[in-house]
Amino acid sequence: MRYDVQNNEIRLTDLPDEHGHFGPYGGIFVAETLMEPLDELRVAYERYLSDPEFLAELDADLQHYVGRPSPIYHAERLSRELGGAQIYLKREDLNHTGAHKINNTVGQALLAKRMGKTRIIAETGAGQHGVATATVAARLGLECVVYMGEVDVARQEANVYRMRLLGAEVRSVASGSKTLKDALNEAMRDWVSNVDDTFYIIGTVAGPHPYPAMVRDFQAVIGREAREQMLAMTGRLPDALLACVGGGSNAIGLFFPFLEDRGVALYGVEAAGDGLETGHHAAPLCAGTPGVLHGNRTYLMEDRDGQIIETHSISAGLDYPGVGPEHAWLKDSGRANYVAVTDGEALQAFHRLTRTEGIIPALESSHAIAQAIKMAPTMDREQILLVNLSGRGDKDMHTVAAREGMKI
Amino acid sequence: MSRIAAVFSALRDQGRQALIPFVTAGDPDPATTLPLMHAMVEAGADIIELGVPFSDPMADGPVIQRASERALRHHIALHDVIDMVRRFRETDQATPVVLMGYLNPLEAMGYETFAEAAAEAGVDGVLTVDIPPEEAATFVPAMKSNGIDPIFLLAPTSNRARIERITATASGFVYYVSLKGVTGAGNLSLDSVRAKLAEIRSCTDLPVGVGFGIKDATTAAAMAGFADAVVVGSALVSRIEANPDDVQKAVAEIKALLSEMRTAMDAD
Ligand SMILES: Cc1ncc(COP(=O)(O)O)c(C=O)c1O
Repeated sequence: MRYDVQNNEIRLTDLPDEHGHFGPYGGIFVAETLMEPLDELRVAYERYLSDPEFLAELDADLQHYVGRPSPIYHAERLSRELGGAQIYLKREDLNHTGAHKINNTVGQALLAKRMGKTRIIAETGAGQHGVATATVAARLGLECVVYMGEVDVARQEANVYRMRLLGAEVRSVASGSKTLKDALNEAMRDWVSNVDDTFYIIGTVAGPHPYPAMVRDFQAVIGREAREQMLAMTGRLPDALLACVGGGSNAIGLFFPFLEDRGVALYGVEAAGDGLETGHHAAPLCAGTPGVLHGNRTYLMEDRDGQIIETHSISAGLDYPGVGPEHAWLKDSGRANYVAVTDGEALQAFHRLTRTEGIIPALESSHAIAQAIKMAPTMDREQILLVNLSGRGDKDMHTVAAREGMKI
Repeated sequence: MSRIAAVFSALRDQGRQALIPFVTAGDPDPATTLPLMHAMVEAGADIIELGVPFSDPMADGPVIQRASERALRHHIALHDVIDMVRRFRETDQATPVVLMGYLNPLEAMGYETFAEAAAEAGVDGVLTVDIPPEEAATFVPAMKSNGIDPIFLLAPTSNRARIERITATASGFVYYVSLKGVTGAGNLSLDSVRAKLAEIRSCTDLPVGVGFGIKDATTAAAMAGFADAVVVGSALVSRIEANPDDVQKAVAEIKALLSEMRTAMDAD
């Protein structure tokens, strides 16, 4: 395993700069109306992130409501079968609502409350972030509207119903490609129209500053716990960390507390869909170019004219043409490696983990598992791979069954 | 003097305000745009805002989103829009044209390449919705050094420091977004626009245009009472949508609405 960081003089953990830049990436690219509300958000977030009372409330919620710390599980049977590195799983699937998304929504909702906002909006792809947002809104008694692309509404029916049970209004978005990116556009339009009373909870490390930094900071609890847990369980740090990358929040949450541990290799796993060579994928870091979308500069799936192109992945949560700007920076700096896994490989990994360990992973997380299955046999038995199991697969029963010609 | 400055200076002498129609280039098809531009000038337009279609028009309401989608079905790219302006200039050297859109198509082409091609074709200004001055350190010089006015938005949420910063960066004119919302929204308040415009004028001598949510002649005339320019977009574009099988009729309705606005604005 190889990594070389060109910019040794910059501590990776010091980024972004005060304008939200990670090297050439990130920043704030929005219409003027949102500049002031974003600044207000930045000030609040900076203030509360060093406010002991806020942090104590957040910690208590993470412990008693989310169920943290999430355990780390040694997948011994799978590791033995593969005959190489030991695979450990960070069990974000065991969190309340079934994915890492709630770490962030609990944090942003506390911020919304402190800022006096009475209405919450969110975008969602797989529906996990929508559910996690509807959940915290229900708990705090806040009005909640979730935007979801028409295509995703159809393929994640169960989560749509969960959101409605929780009292959220789910608005189906019929513009553009009718998926996550269009839901994000629509949520931004709602925010610009209702900035006075509305807090926009973005579900991943994308969007304009301060979102990429703020969401990372709320998700970094994953990596902080994992670092301690691995030291306690194995007496050392893992050789590599693996996580799937849609917008990149579960990945950066795991990676961030390890950025300065240069001996720990980082693998972000994108969705190769039908295969990178087919063009039907959602892998901007592996096969895209830098551009500006949704408020920041980052790697994008775009055509020569700068139009965003439609993405494809079997997992709705990875079906996004952009990626958090910090990942763009970690890629260029060489600190992290980005690879891609096809729909077929992810499905195989889904079944394999289910059958060997009795854990049904989300299709998103299955991408990270698939990469571990590729890497483990090439490593020795003493080496350690830590995979972020970002969510559980209950929401994907439909998709997997349909792929196999069944209807449930 | 630039074409934009010349138009505002002539209007100021006459005590009139500029009428600025917005249409999306290539909507509903590429052949319509050039005749539509000329028709709008005939109906009294002083400056034309030509929308560059984008796949993710985050600041636009449904009407202009759909216009973008119609144009993109014909694969209208930034270089096609520049070509349309070049052809417009063959017969109209006086009416300024401002390209309005989002940053990514300009990033893909490269700021300098874009500015040179646009200037050569006769583009006068560029309004990029999603680039605030904070991110425009290379963008603004690339435009200005090619004689293209970078036009920036001001909003109800812009505080005095921002107004000062933005008006110091912009040239040509500034564009005040009259409401908190997307294009074509319906929550316009004349009183709050009037108050904000007074604040903006205390910071700059640049002409101030007002747009977003201006749908009829009465509102246009009222806005002309305190702004230097009135921008109308969704109300025009909706005529194209209302006549899917009859472009001639859409153009005629757009002309009629502009003439009505022109008459009402000039009557005050
Ligand atoms: C279980 C799960 N993992 C991963 C993702 C991808 O998001 P991110 O890359 O921000 O972690 C999602 C998004 O919906 C998800 O539901």
